[in-house]
Amino acid sequence: MTVIVKMTTRLMAGIIFLYGAYVIIHGHLTPGGGFAGGIIVSGAFILVTLAFGSDFLNLQKEETGSTATENLSILMIILLSAAGLFCGTKIFFLNFLPKGIVGELISAGAIPLYNIFVGIEVASSIFVIFLALVIFKEEDTI
Amino acid sequence: MDLAVTIITGFMILGALYAIHARDLLSAVIACGIVGYGLVICFLLLKAPDLAIVQIVVETITLIIMVAVVLNTSREEAYNRLDAQGITQMALSLIMLAVLFYFFYVSISVLDPFGKGTLRMAQAYIQGGAGKTGSANLVTGVVFDFRGYDTLGEATVLVTAVLGVIAILRLKGKK
Repeated sequence: MTVIVKMTTRLMAGIIFLYGAYVIIHGHLTPGGGFAGGIIVSGAFILVTLAFGSDFLNLQKEETGSTATENLSILMIILLSAAGLFCGTKIFFLNFLPKGIVGELISAGAIPLYNIFVGIEVASSIFVIFLALVIFKEEDTI
Repeated sequence: MDLAVTIITGFMILGALYAIHARDLLSAVIACGIVGYGLVICFLLLKAPDLAIVQIVVETITLIIMVAVVLNTSREEAYNRLDAQGITQMALSLIMLAVLFYFFYVSISVLDPFGKGTLRMAQAYIQGGAGKTGSANLVTGVVFDFRGYDTLGEATVLVTAVLGVIAILRLKGKK
């Protein structure tokens, strides 16, 4: 890509990533949440990959890493939802942590944790789909 | 507001029709973008910012991927000549459309006006949502607490979709 695209990406990618993290962490207070913020975070990664490119081996390494991240975070979601079975009234998906005051950042029990793990999962899975398409094309030319 | 939503929906229908009949595939992809971004404005007008954020980002990423795919093809749509079978199918689908539209018209005449009145279940969620879940954003409270099973299913569907993409998109080991 040209210098203009690279320079703009260098300035913008971090801000986009931060905005996605903000949307994920404030998911229980403002509009947004795990799904919306995760896609914004993956957009930052896709922007960097599109602007700077990468060689074939690096891309494959990144794909392996994001697949592992994705599977670990879905495992964490299932463990978190099953953790309600071991506390108190033994209900699946029980919100077992203390609720706190409505409207504060640390409140709503386990909902922010669900938001964070769903955000990680969505971000890595969208990025894996993008990388799979790029790698498929590069593999074709080798 | 109803007028604005109607106008935008009309534009979306026009864009979808153009996307079907465009000769150049790139302009068809751009016309698909009209549908997606029109939907974003509809969500904003109908007070659903959660959905609007997801829709605008997904639409942009999908358009990027679709443009990248189309630029690698010959960009021309295959032309099909209209024969007797095609005319029969078109007539059948028009009749089906008329029947569906009639029953749709009959069924919406007994419903509440759009946005007015809530179901009994939804009323309980709106009244006690913040107190029961502790979440100031009611949508997140419903998605991760009252409707937790649905969200777990959605996340699992996404993982399964990625597994399918990785399994299909590989050349090595295909034989």
